[in-house]
Amino acid sequence: MNKVYSRPKALKDVSTHYCPGCGHGIVHRLIAEVVDELSIRERVIAVAPVGCAVIAYDYWAFDCSEAAHGRALAVATAIKRVRPETIVFTYQGDGDLAAIGTNETIHAANRGENLTVIFINNAVYGMTGGQMAPTTLIGQKTATTPLGRDAQLQGYPLKVSELLAQLPGVKYIQRTSLQSVQDILKTKQAIKEAFQNQMNGLGFSLVEILSPCPTYWGLSPLKALEWIKDVLSKEFPLGRIK
Amino acid sequence: MITGNEAIAEGALDAGCRFYAGYPITPQNELPAYMSRRMPQLGGIFIQAESELAAINMVFGASAAGALAMTSSSSPGISLKQEGISYIAGARLPAVIVNIMRGGPGLGNIWPAQSDYFQATKSGGHGDYHCLVLAPSTVQEAYELVKLAFYLAEKYRNPAILLADGMLGQMMEPLVKNPKSKIPNPKDRRKEWALTGCKGRAPNIVKSFYMREGDLEKLNLALQKHYQLIQAKEERYEGLFLKDAQIILVAYGTMARISKVALHTLRQEGIKVGLIRPIALWPFPKKAFAAKSSSKVRYLVVEMSYGQMLEDVLLTVRDKEQVEFLGRAGGGVPSAEEIIKKVKKIL
Ligand SMILES: Cc1ncc(C[n+]2csc(CCOP(=O)(O)OP(=O)(O)O)c2C)c(N)n1
Ligand code: SF4
Repeated sequence: MNKVYSRPKALKDVSTHYCPGCGHGIVHRLIAEVVDELSIRERVIAVAPVGCAVIAYDYWAFDCSEAAHGRALAVATAIKRVRPETIVFTYQGDGDLAAIGTNETIHAANRGENLTVIFINNAVYGMTGGQMAPTTLIGQKTATTPLGRDAQLQGYPLKVSELLAQLPGVKYIQRTSLQSVQDILKTKQAIKEAFQNQMNGLGFSLVEILSPCPTYWGLSPLKALEWIKDVLSKEFPLGRIK
Repeated sequence: MITGNEAIAEGALDAGCRFYAGYPITPQNELPAYMSRRMPQLGGIFIQAESELAAINMVFGASAAGALAMTSSSSPGISLKQEGISYIAGARLPAVIVNIMRGGPGLGNIWPAQSDYFQATKSGGHGDYHCLVLAPSTVQEAYELVKLAFYLAEKYRNPAILLADGMLGQMMEPLVKNPKSKIPNPKDRRKEWALTGCKGRAPNIVKSFYMREGDLEKLNLALQKHYQLIQAKEERYEGLFLKDAQIILVAYGTMARISKVALHTLRQEGIKVGLIRPIALWPFPKKAFAAKSSSKVRYLVVEMSYGQMLEDVLLTVRDKEQVEFLGRAGGGVPSAEEIIKKVKKIL
């Protein structure tokens, strides 16, 4: 019998700590598959965020660094400059990349650092208990917007990808989602392209992935996927942004 | 002739530093300017970062990738770097941080001060950690000590701080490079832990995060052992006239230079004054006090701050009656005359 599905070499054989239906585990696997397919496991270096994916390095079988909350792109900038022969990527949540780390994000992009960014947009802060994120939708209830996000008080969902698209240093931005198998495959393709861009020396590439957090959306895993399709992706339209 | 700031940059480059990231702030701007010119000529990397936060985290990344990395700033900027320094200590990475101190608190002013002594020596960020802290008092010594800072940082896989003030940073003095310098070259150190891509080995992880029960305590116990070793081995000081002194001035950096002027004047008058000049501020040179602490010698601690190093002297000497203090800050610098007057009043 032919084995058609197995664990990528770039993924460790360990059990997950993520909640049922969480998107992080899916994206971890997609990255591992891409790393295997591009045969770069021995020269890839990941920078893990502070957020639910803080221990991403416990899942990936390649070199990894931590970074302080929001500083992944500063850490990655330096690693890539010191070791240009390696393939360096950051993996960041919306709090990490678009709130506390916005400055590092914009400036790494504007310097045109030859890096790959995997940006998990789940519209909340998962790790700290479901607080409002910069990407939280208007009206969305979170631990710190009990009445729903009010534009008058908390402003609007921040579209970092669209902001970054303005910068000449940025070569590639794609927004995808995990709402269906088809979308997961598209996400994998986008991740692959973002890595290939770096391998070809093209510059800053980012994939924003709309990812379910059933726990802090207060939805079942299945309903969470529907919410991405019906609600979240209306505010954050999918497709190639740059 | 070269400024202290430039001598520090030159010493770092001679030590093999090939990565610098920083954000402009007076009075240390000559240092990054020098780096921006020289680093590319040597095949190194210079980055003007978007903030001190970014700069220190770039140093984290560069060090994780195995480079000899450094950042510099002045007091307010060093405050911003504290979280990053704590991560560097927790992840057991070598790095050199230069603080050319200015007056505080807040935005303060750009005049020289020594008010960041606590921050540098008592772990300025969160957690139980220590940075090695070296304090030069001449341009020549600034050059030597930054090389030593790199050597020690690499040897102990620990952040090292070079602590100087704006006066030393801006002052011009001759610099002589001693080809027979005894400081070994840190470039030669092998770094099995560095991130290089995992070709031919198991993956490396650089981190300071330990959630499993007991793991973080284990790291802390290992760090404490490590700090004890550093304390046993790396005390450094200069002692003058310690044998016959009735009163010993205790001062570091620029304040030690001024204290030396006072000392020589007083000696000419026949007053038996000595000097302890800590070269390492952490570990604090307790040995310098050992010989004298039982006898009734008096100590006069002189600082460009309000009783910060004084606390370490008190912890060492233990007898409050033996220790006097003279300090000014916020742009005020105790003069040789003030020191002389104070000594005469004490005796
Ligand atoms: C300096 C600092 N501030 C705050 C925190 C607490 N903190 C940890 S993760 C996090 C937010 C994570 O949210 P996000 O980046 O969206 O990732 P997610 O957990 O949703 O995957 C916060 C605020 C921290 N660790 N460090
Ligand atoms: S809290 Fe949300 S983001 Fe975090 S692991 Fe659970 S589902 Fe995933």
